[in-house]
Amino acid sequence: MNQIVKKRALAPKVNEYVISALRVATHCRPGQFIILRVDEEGERIPFTICDYSADEGTVTILVQEVGYSTALLAQKGEGDYIADFVGPLGKATDLSEYNRIALVGGGIGSAVIYPQAKFLRAIGKPADVILGARNEQLLMYLDEFDRSANNLYLATDDGSRGVKGFVTDVLKKRLDENAYDCVMAVGPMGMMRAVCALTKEYGVKTVVSMNPIMVDGTGMCGGCRLTVGGKTKYACVDGPEFDGHEIDWETAMSRLGAYREQEKEHACRLTGERR
Amino acid sequence: MAIERKRRNAIPEQDATIRSKNFDEVALGFDEKVAIDEASRCLNCKNAPCMKGCPVGVRIPEFLAKVREGKFSEAGEIIKSTNSLPSVCGRVCPQEEQCEKMCVRVKIDGAVSIGGVERFIGDYMLSLPSENKEVIKTGKKVAVVGSGPSGLTCAAQLAQKGVEVTVYEAFHKTGGVLVYGIPEFRLPKRLVGAEVDKLKEWGVKFELNTVVGKTITIDELLEQNDAVFIGSGAGLPMFMGIEGENLNGVLSANEYLTRINLMRAYESGSATPVQRGKNVAVIGAGNVAMDAARTALRMGADEVTVIYRRGREEMPARAEEIKHAEQEGIKFRLLSNPVRILGENGKVNAIECVKMQLGEPDASGRRTPVAVENSEFILPADMVIVALGTSPNPLIKDSFDALETGKKGTLIVDESLMTSVDGVYAGGDAVTGAATVILAMGAGRKAAQSILDRLGVK
Repeated sequence: MNQIVKKRALAPKVNEYVISALRVATHCRPGQFIILRVDEEGERIPFTICDYSADEGTVTILVQEVGYSTALLAQKGEGDYIADFVGPLGKATDLSEYNRIALVGGGIGSAVIYPQAKFLRAIGKPADVILGARNEQLLMYLDEFDRSANNLYLATDDGSRGVKGFVTDVLKKRLDENAYDCVMAVGPMGMMRAVCALTKEYGVKTVVSMNPIMVDGTGMCGGCRLTVGGKTKYACVDGPEFDGHEIDWETAMSRLGAYREQEKEHACRLTGERR
Repeated sequence: MAIERKRRNAIPEQDATIRSKNFDEVALGFDEKVAIDEASRCLNCKNAPCMKGCPVGVRIPEFLAKVREGKFSEAGEIIKSTNSLPSVCGRVCPQEEQCEKMCVRVKIDGAVSIGGVERFIGDYMLSLPSENKEVIKTGKKVAVVGSGPSGLTCAAQLAQKGVEVTVYEAFHKTGGVLVYGIPEFRLPKRLVGAEVDKLKEWGVKFELNTVVGKTITIDELLEQNDAVFIGSGAGLPMFMGIEGENLNGVLSANEYLTRINLMRAYESGSATPVQRGKNVAVIGAGNVAMDAARTALRMGADEVTVIYRRGREEMPARAEEIKHAEQEGIKFRLLSNPVRILGENGKVNAIECVKMQLGEPDASGRRTPVAVENSEFILPADMVIVALGTSPNPLIKDSFDALETGKKGTLIVDESLMTSVDGVYAGGDAVTGAATVILAMGAGRKAAQSILDRLGVK
C-alpha cells in the first residue's frame, strides 16, 4: 500500500500524484518508470516518473484519465492509498555526453521530460525545452520548466499560448539554426514519430521514451516488445528510451491498440458511457 | 518374490468435456480411503529405489507406512522434513520421471501413486490448524530474492532453524511461477497462498513489489543481512525471430498465462484485459505450451493447435499433460515448424509452417529436425502463443556486475550453491535455466543448508 500524499489537477482529466514510496524514491534516476495497481483487483499500469525526492521519500507521476484504471485512480484523493507501486523500472537515460540538447514534450509527455530538464540543469548543461499541446489549458509544469530550461518554447494547436502550430514547427526553426546535437522527445507516439522524421533530415540524434502495453515491467511478458533497428527489444528492460530513428513506428503504434476492444468495455462499466 | 497383484488407484478427474470449459482443478485427488489403499501397495523395499528418484529425497516408504496406518499428520511431518510444499509437489512434480519411475511395481501393476498420496497428505496438512512452533531465534538474517519454489523452500528451511528471513518479490503477489505460470486448473492458487501463510506463521517476512536490482540492490541486502539467496527464476520468454512475430495477437505464453493466472483475466469483470482467440496456435510442446493450449480452450477457443517441430516421442511435456490436452480436444501438428506469421491490419490471421523430418541424432542424442523442401503450409490462426522456453532474467546481473554468469545468462555457483560473490547463494531456474518446480525446491533446500553451515546454525 502506498499513500497519495499530494494530488493536484493540472489540466482537465490530468492529475499529478505525489506518492509515498521511499525505496523507489531513493533508487530512481531520470527516464525510469513505475508500475502501479489502484486496488486489489486492479490491472498493472506503467507510468514514467515525473519527479522524485529521496529526502521526502516520494515519487511524482502524472496521470491522464483515458480508461477504466486511470479513472479509478482519479477517484482517489490525498491521504488515500493505492494497492501497489513498484519501481524504478527500466534503464535511466543519460544525455550528459551531449552539449546542446532540446527536450521536446507533447501533451502529458511534457511532464515526463521534466526530470531530465532538472538533471541537465543540475549538471550545468541546461537544455532547451519545447512544449506542445492542443491548447493553453493542456500545457503543464510551466513554472518548473521556467526554472530548469535554458530556453522555453511553447506551441499550441489553437495558438492560445506560444506559437500556433506544432512542436515540430518550433523545432524545425531551431534545427535550421543548427542549435542542437541531441533531441529527446516524449509524448504521444504520433508526435514522437513526427519529431523523429524531422530530426532525421537534419541528422540529429533523437531519443524517445516509449510507453507500450506491459504487464510485469521486468522483462517477463514480452508484451512491450518493439522493433528497433530491425531487432526485437523490450521497452521495460532495454528501454524505455530508444534511438527514435531506429524505431519501427508502424508496428509500435499498431501494438498500442492490441487491447482496444477490451478496453472499451471496461470504460463502459465504470462510467456507463459508450465511446 | 512374488508380488500380489493389486492395480494402481487412478486419481479421479473432472470429465474432459466439462473441464475444458472451466478453470477448476482437473485432478480431483484421492479421498482418505483410497489414499490408505494406495499407500498399502508400497512394498517397503529396503533400498527404497523411489527415494533415489526424488530430487529432495523425500522418505517415501516411511511416509507411506504412516499413511497406511492412518497417521496422516505423522506422514506429513516426514514429508515436510525434506519437502516444504507437498500439496504443490503432489500436483506438479513429474513423478513418472522421478520417484514412480523407480518404483519396483512400475512394470508389474503400476507404480505406487506416490504423487497422489503426497497430494492427499499435503492438503491434509494445510487443513490442520497451525501450531505455534517455538523456534529459538539465532539473531541471523537472510534475504531471499524471489518467492517462487526455490525461494519459498529456502525461506522455510532457514525459518525453521530460527533465522530471520525476508523474501523479496517483484510482483504484487507471492508464489512466482506457481501463481503466474501454472494455471488454476493444475494448481489452485489457494494452496500456494496457504503454503505462504504457513511461512508467515514461522515469522518469514514478505516484501512485495520489490524488484531486487532496481528497488533495492544486492549490495544493500548484503549490508543488512548475513547472507542472500537468489531464486529469481527464468522468466524471460524466448521468441523465434521470424517475420510477423510482433503482430497483435502474437504473444508469449508468459504474457498470456500471467494475464490469466496472476491477473485473473479469466474472471468476468477483471480489470486486466486479455485477448480471446477463436483459433489459437501454440508453438512449442513443453508443459508451458500444454498449459497455454488448455487455457486457451477454457477461454473459449473453438480450436487450439499445438505446433511442434519434432515428433510425439520428443515432446518435452509430461505424458499426463499431453494426455489431458488430447482428451480436452487440443490438436497437434507435429513435425511442423513455423516460418512466418501472417496478418492483416497489424493483426495475426495465419501462421505458415514447413514440414519437418527427423535426421541424425545431435550431441544431446535427440534427432535433429530438418525441413522438408517445398512442404510449406498455412494454418489460419487469430492468436499465436509462443511457448518455446524462457531464460534467466538479466535484471539482477545487470545491476550487480560481480555476479558471474554462464553463456545463457544463468548464474554460476559452486558446489555449496554460492555464487561468485561471497555470501550470495543462488538456485533454481536462475542457475539451471528453465527446469522443474521440484529441482528448484531441491536447490532452495541445499542452499539453505549451506547458509546454515556458513552461519554456524545447527
